[in-house]
Amino acid sequence: MSVHTRVPIDAASMQVPRGQVYTIPNRCKGCNFCIQFCPKEVLEFSEAINNKGYHFPIVRKGKEEQCIHCRFCDLICPELAIFTRELESAPAQGA
Amino acid sequence: MSSGAIVVESHPADTLLRAERLPHILCPGCGIGSVVHTYVDAIAASGIPQDKHVCVSGIGCSGRAAGYVNVDSYHTTHGRSIPFALGIATYRPELHVTVISGDGDLTAIGGNHFIHAARRSVALLVLCINNFNYGMTGGQAGPTTPLSAMSRTTPHGCWERPFNLPFLAQAVGASYVARWTVLHVRQLRAALIHAMNKEGFRFIEILSPCPTGFGRPNDIGDGISEMQNYLRRCVVDNGIDLRQTDIDLTQQDSPIYVGDFVDVDRPSFRPQVVQHAH
Ligand SMILES: Cc1ncc(C[n+]2csc(CCOP(=O)(O)OP(=O)(O)O)c2C)c(N)n1
Ligand code: SF4
Ligand SMILES: [Mg+2]
Repeated sequence: MSVHTRVPIDAASMQVPRGQVYTIPNRCKGCNFCIQFCPKEVLEFSEAINNKGYHFPIVRKGKEEQCIHCRFCDLICPELAIFTRELESAPAQGA
Repeated sequence: MSSGAIVVESHPADTLLRAERLPHILCPGCGIGSVVHTYVDAIAASGIPQDKHVCVSGIGCSGRAAGYVNVDSYHTTHGRSIPFALGIATYRPELHVTVISGDGDLTAIGGNHFIHAARRSVALLVLCINNFNYGMTGGQAGPTTPLSAMSRTTPHGCWERPFNLPFLAQAVGASYVARWTVLHVRQLRAALIHAMNKEGFRFIEILSPCPTGFGRPNDIGDGISEMQNYLRRCVVDNGIDLRQTDIDLTQQDSPIYVGDFVDVDRPSFRPQVVQHAH
């Protein structure tokens, strides 16, 4: 750990928001913005294709608990095909 | 307990859009949809009622924006979004008028309207979706096409010097000037909310991928590649001298400066003849 890294004194009690991903697969045009720019790398392309022939975002196996409801995938989606909702928060682990 | 993605039929922002028109006509990887999405998200957070927002656009892919938002909106002729919006903003000062326009629409055919509306401090929020070309008509060069860039009308590379739009907007009197990209949706959202609540002529340039018109002839690949270029090259510098904010795409590693550059108080244009009419 770098000497410059400071841990907030209330880190142990900080609440990290938890999110649930929702998608509207048939709106997706497969631009990849949400998958590439999710800070927690929660998303990946589906195997299946939608009714326009595009692969669409799904939650990666093992990443089901990792969404922090930052809303980045939602805002950046040009098609309004993905959004998140906040789940009840869980305390931070480690810190 | 969260699970995989839950499939649903509608988006929470659908009430701010004419959702029956979705999916829109824009290409995969085009950034215009992200701008429209961020604009309606900002409307919801602006503290201004939805029915007090008005959206005006001209012609072009960017000009399609007005057709998708669920506020009073006008899709005017090419280059004339500002004169139309000026009429609304001047006669109905209680309305918050946003112009969503392309680089060609706003700064080529509409360039004279742009400089004079800013000079007069007309109460408008003007968004220029700059994708460096005329997307809708097949990728011709325009006033923001960077030097040496390939386009349908510059097959040997563009040799005309492009506009530096933030510098232009500041010089002609804008009260607020920002530049962000489609990657910076969070900063763009904050800029929109702030600018919606300001007086005078407010200008935000939004650099946007156009994989069809600009990406393809310039070997950028798809929209995500242009976004990754922004991620690599953008430098936030709110205080930069706007003479330094030219965009040079020939120097692959030269920075593209983004930020909230200008924020001054300037009262909105309110001609006496209109005040008397009220
Ligand atoms: C008076 C007039 N001249 C020319 C055109 C053709 N035209 C349509 S859109 C456009 C340019 C669009 O470029 P831009 O404003 O950058 O929008 P984009 O499609 O790139 O979003 C032109 C020249 C027109 N519709 N009307
Ligand atoms: S041509 Fe360019 S600006 Fe027009 S919809 Fe396609 S990507 Fe977007
Ligand atoms: Mg354009």
